[in-house]
Amino acid sequence: MDIAVSDIERARSIPLDKIDVSAPDLYLRDAAHPYFARLRNEAPVHYCRESLYGPYWSVTKFNDIVEIDTNHKVFSSDASVGSFVLDDTTLNPVEGGIYLPNFLGMDPPKHDIHRQTVSPIVAPQNLANLEGLIRQRTRGVLDGLPVGVPFNWVDRVSIELTTMMLATLFDFPFDERRKLTRWSDVVTTRPGDGVVDSWEQRNQELYECAAYFQRLWAERAAAAPRPDLISMLAHSPAMRTMSPEEFLGTLALLIVGGNDTTRNSMSGGVLAHHLFPAEWSRVKADRALIPNMVSEIIRWQTPIAHMRRTALADFEFRGQHIRKGDKVVMWYLSGNRDDSVIDRPFDFVADRPRARHHLSFGFGIHRCLGNRLAELQLRILWEEVFERFSAIEVVGTPVRIPSNLVRGYADLPVVVHA
Amino acid sequence: MVKITYISHAGEARLVEAASGQSAMEAAVHHNIAGIDGDCGGVIACGTCHVHVDGTWTDRLAPPGEKERDMLAYIDNARPNSRLCCQIVLGEELDGLVLHLPIAQH
Repeated sequence: MDIAVSDIERARSIPLDKIDVSAPDLYLRDAAHPYFARLRNEAPVHYCRESLYGPYWSVTKFNDIVEIDTNHKVFSSDASVGSFVLDDTTLNPVEGGIYLPNFLGMDPPKHDIHRQTVSPIVAPQNLANLEGLIRQRTRGVLDGLPVGVPFNWVDRVSIELTTMMLATLFDFPFDERRKLTRWSDVVTTRPGDGVVDSWEQRNQELYECAAYFQRLWAERAAAAPRPDLISMLAHSPAMRTMSPEEFLGTLALLIVGGNDTTRNSMSGGVLAHHLFPAEWSRVKADRALIPNMVSEIIRWQTPIAHMRRTALADFEFRGQHIRKGDKVVMWYLSGNRDDSVIDRPFDFVADRPRARHHLSFGFGIHRCLGNRLAELQLRILWEEVFERFSAIEVVGTPVRIPSNLVRGYADLPVVVHA
Repeated sequence: MVKITYISHAGEARLVEAASGQSAMEAAVHHNIAGIDGDCGGVIACGTCHVHVDGTWTDRLAPPGEKERDMLAYIDNARPNSRLCCQIVLGEELDGLVLHLPIAQH
């Protein structure tokens, strides 16, 4: 890992109370790890007084994160008291942001009803139906790649495959599917991060998204129920009466959840193999390792770096006094590097024992709904990759996204070898 | 030792012997029973050790606690006899227990 020496030294010498692991440039440089290591050692439940997002608590150790994640009665996700991401502007009408309410930002009981409405799309029976289509598309995308010539894996493979998947789940007009990619990027950004220039632009693009889906919704509502997400929402007694805001918020959740996450695991897996080449040979020789390797990729990449909760009451935790209303950030990226739970956590180990025991999907009632679909897409991708290529070489510096939420890549220059 | 039978969704039965004090999830993972994942390690946080308890055994188990009931509410194919088997602690009184596996964990 090419973390600048200055970050390692700075992480060691900076006063503890000055550490701010939320700074987006740390993620652009992939330089957050040494700061997290110090927090895990010296202040596993840490208060940062000043940040771009105001004061917040950081929880950085694996088991502490599980404890907060499963205590939804005290640590709320509800939009009425805060948000499930650190940056309030992402989903709430704060500064220039707009209100995007959805079930990940709800506590029970409303959360349960909304989640259960969309859950069948990623239930085991439906995934079995999708496998053939995913494999056919994966083969098509991989067979279309130029061999021996540099290209951006993110755009040609990761975005393409995840966006096609999302278009299928929504039954979205296939030729216009890159709109989904764009909206996914727009939701999780703020002006100045390189995606939009102003709040007005962000809002305008999100309203376009709402209008586009409103048309799809009207079509589906007028037709017989079908097994796509829009039709499921339009025919659900609980969700067909959603406000326009809730509709857009739910879309935002489904688009980002079904897109940014797996996209960045598809890219991260390539980088992991590049950095740990012995693993490539090992799995290529023993394809039965692929499912385990997929879990390891999802841990190693940790495509969602954090989730946040808001304390509904004062709470004593590991000797710290969390007050009602405080923001509490669970850094999955840090917990997945906690060597008290995970042996050699910085290494990518394809046959790691208990590889499924990672934090990337979260735990508790808000655990990732699409986790099995993500694993299926990644498994098929790697089965088909090993079938075709002798190597995937990373030929330039990966360009990362300056986000403390979506841990991912804009550009991963590679050459594939036949 | 306690004998437990896990029956796969396809109907294939496997009988294992487990030590008292283990959970039915730990016993399954230890014996490589396909279809029990136990991603969270047994802290009622993931719902990937879902089983359907056979017949009269349902009433002979200690009832699920609040956390388990919360997680069961999100599980596909949940039925009145659904349990997270990390919460079934094995003792001599459960000798002969039969657990059915769902089509897949989610």
